[in-house]
Amino acid sequence: MSIKVLDSKTCFHCGEDCNLSNIHQHDKFFCCDGCKIVFEILNENKLCTYYDLNLNPGIAQKIIIRKDKFAFLDDDSIIQKIIQFTDGNQTNVTFYLPQMHCSSCLWLLENIHRINKGVIISKVNFNKREVFIVLDNSKTSLRKVVETLTSIGYEPHISLHELDTNRIIKGSKIRLYKVGVAGFCFANIMMMSFPEYLSSNGMVEESIRQILKYFIVALSLPVFFFCSSEFFVTACKGIRHKFLNIDAPIALAIMITFGRSLYEIFSDTGMGYLDSMSGIVFFMLVGRLLQEKTYQSISFDRDFKSFFPIAVNVVNDDKNIPTQIDKIKPGDIIKVFNNELIPVDCILSKGKAEIDYSFVSGESLPVVKEAGEIIYAGGRQLSGVLELLVVKEVSQSYLTNLWNKDIFKTKEEMTSSIIHVIGKYFTILVLGIAILASSYWYYHNEYQLMWNTLTTVLIVACPCALLLSSTFTNGNILRILSKNKLYLRHPDVIENISTINQFVFDKTGTLTQQNKIKVTYSGKKLNETEQMNIASLLSQSPHPLGKAINDFLDKRNSIPILNFKWIDGYGIEGWIEEKYYKLGSFEFIHGNMNPNQQNNSTVFVKIENEVLGEFKIVNNYRFGFNQLLNDLNKEFTVAIISGDNDAEYKNLQTILGSKSDILFNQKPLDKLNYIKHLQQIKNMKVMMIGDGLNDAGALKQSDVGIAITENSNNFSPACDGILDASQFSNFNHFIKFIKSGKRTIMMSFFLSLLYNVIGLYFAVQGILSPLIAAILMPCSSISIILMTFGMTELSAWKNGLIKHDNSHV
Amino acid sequence: MSVIIIMLIGSIIMAGGFLIAFLWSVKDGQFEDHYSPPRRILFDDTINNKPNK
Repeated sequence: MSIKVLDSKTCFHCGEDCNLSNIHQHDKFFCCDGCKIVFEILNENKLCTYYDLNLNPGIAQKIIIRKDKFAFLDDDSIIQKIIQFTDGNQTNVTFYLPQMHCSSCLWLLENIHRINKGVIISKVNFNKREVFIVLDNSKTSLRKVVETLTSIGYEPHISLHELDTNRIIKGSKIRLYKVGVAGFCFANIMMMSFPEYLSSNGMVEESIRQILKYFIVALSLPVFFFCSSEFFVTACKGIRHKFLNIDAPIALAIMITFGRSLYEIFSDTGMGYLDSMSGIVFFMLVGRLLQEKTYQSISFDRDFKSFFPIAVNVVNDDKNIPTQIDKIKPGDIIKVFNNELIPVDCILSKGKAEIDYSFVSGESLPVVKEAGEIIYAGGRQLSGVLELLVVKEVSQSYLTNLWNKDIFKTKEEMTSSIIHVIGKYFTILVLGIAILASSYWYYHNEYQLMWNTLTTVLIVACPCALLLSSTFTNGNILRILSKNKLYLRHPDVIENISTINQFVFDKTGTLTQQNKIKVTYSGKKLNETEQMNIASLLSQSPHPLGKAINDFLDKRNSIPILNFKWIDGYGIEGWIEEKYYKLGSFEFIHGNMNPNQQNNSTVFVKIENEVLGEFKIVNNYRFGFNQLLNDLNKEFTVAIISGDNDAEYKNLQTILGSKSDILFNQKPLDKLNYIKHLQQIKNMKVMMIGDGLNDAGALKQSDVGIAITENSNNFSPACDGILDASQFSNFNHFIKFIKSGKRTIMMSFFLSLLYNVIGLYFAVQGILSPLIAAILMPCSSISIILMTFGMTELSAWKNGLIKHDNSHV
Repeated sequence: MSVIIIMLIGSIIMAGGFLIAFLWSVKDGQFEDHYSPPRRILFDDTINNKPNK
């Protein structure tokens, strides 16, 4: 924990720059009232250790949370869905708190009982970003606990999605059990087989040999019946679907090894190959464990339900009744407050609607709606309270309908992964060799040798090395990528990425930064009064550009305007302090069409008869985006597809060149169809990179869909991978790195073939002894593990993905 | 019976003990969260009574 002199100009709570605000208490400055309130609550409850553990650990509190937001938590039927257990006196509940990020959070959340006396136990699971709370029903309520959490900056994420699905995942534990048991059995069997390796026949006392044998058999039973069960299960599944996957030859090899070893041991003809068998099972399980690392704090499967609130206020006889969202009926009147999502399609009946649709449609500027207009679900209200008349149920809404399209339903395909393909030919080849060799011995009437050859060929040629090379390579790639904040959903995604030849980017929120419109001014410098006057004039305008410039000027005073006139689509004019102000498009100011074809995101300023300058509203592109597009464009086809207007067309075209597709005004369904078109007509393997719900269909349709997010704990639509926005400029390096993985797999596969050839040399002659097997097996496994690990690390280093970081998370 | 058998049984029992300890720790959820426990132990139990000025 570093000691650092606090810069008095950053917020004591959240560390944000607060030069503009003048909010302080004693010597501590705050960026907003929200942060100050949190500090006061903590100070009052003697919880300031929070600030001692980490510097500025808080979360900015600029968005003020409405007082009755959690009124729905008084409703019993909703409570029942959220809590895990209650006996009337005590209630157990787990909340998902995506804001959790440091040890201060941990400390504060586990000391929550000092603020809310009704909390008996609070325990954090940091990996899952969850807090488990036991509360005393006589002293507090679920609503009060949620309000306490919210008051200190940790608003729980409560959504329908989480209510529907069972949050407890048990699968990964079973694999850990299996690895533990297999490791134990493998090591002990090895140890007990050791006397046998070192001695030729007769050196070990016969009585000891007998006892060792039975120990070995006993230890191999859990390996065969418990640890390797998953190979048999997947092999059977594959065969049932008439598909020979990699697990089938492995299961066959394990079975034959086990059977032959038991035969040898009980007929007293040898010691069998149980040591090799438990060894390969152990290594393969470790490989799968590495490969199937899960990111518990990230969810790849969110649908629209996760984004929607759990309840809204229905207005009934002037009273607000919190109602669960799926119980809203057409004809209800609902209230939507500032900064809340509109959950259903409805008609605006009261209030000033300014809806941010960027997440749903990709438009970068908010849309103003008048009473009587229809508002589609998914937009976020930006100013004030709205009363809306519901026209459709949640399940019938426009946005929801997109999810009900077929692509969101069927997604249980058989993977045609390269290792399965190689595995198939490999199996056929090995079976061929086994049959050839044994029929040779059969022909020579060496029946004993024939059986020997048939079984040992299958034992030694087990494609476990192939499986190991792919699982360890993928596992290490996933690990390196997750360190670089690209989280892939499944190891198969790696292989899909290596076949990609077409990239499609969304614009708003993907190439540009989310929710950030940058305004620049060029021209003659405006003095303070002029700025104030412009702001006053613009505050009359309902146009989104006006609002954007107003936010940029950040003036609050309002000055009376005379002869105010607003011409839709052109601009605004009026007399302020005896001066004539005119703001608007080129045509509006100059009277003629613009010869330079300026885009429609420029606002000119004219005072009296002088044109002073122009405000340009530009999209705030992410750092390094043109470099990235340029690089990708050299090797692959790149397209840009956006729901926004075509103001940026020229800009993007100069980067991509005239051959690339750059499409604007695309609805969510258009994006989906465009991806489909690329896949089916042009036969491309498409990667879609997007961010919002508007891209959800395209992300799902594409071969690989990557969602980009400002904060990996935030919500992103269903996808194959989540990329942290800060790493956006490195994306091309990630692609190169992933593509190198295939080469690594192939090379280690040839190495394993080499071992197989050596093994086969002994096996076809029928002289493969357990000793040779026991040397070859760990040698091939370990050298493959080392090789895949080394090659992926080397490739990561070449692509600049390994950094010297001291901050361990 | 040779002493080696006794040694063998001893070693299996010891190793089995470690196996059980491992399985127990998995069941207990020790591998689910490796961020909180090492930090939790560093927090002071005593309540910091002086308000932060």
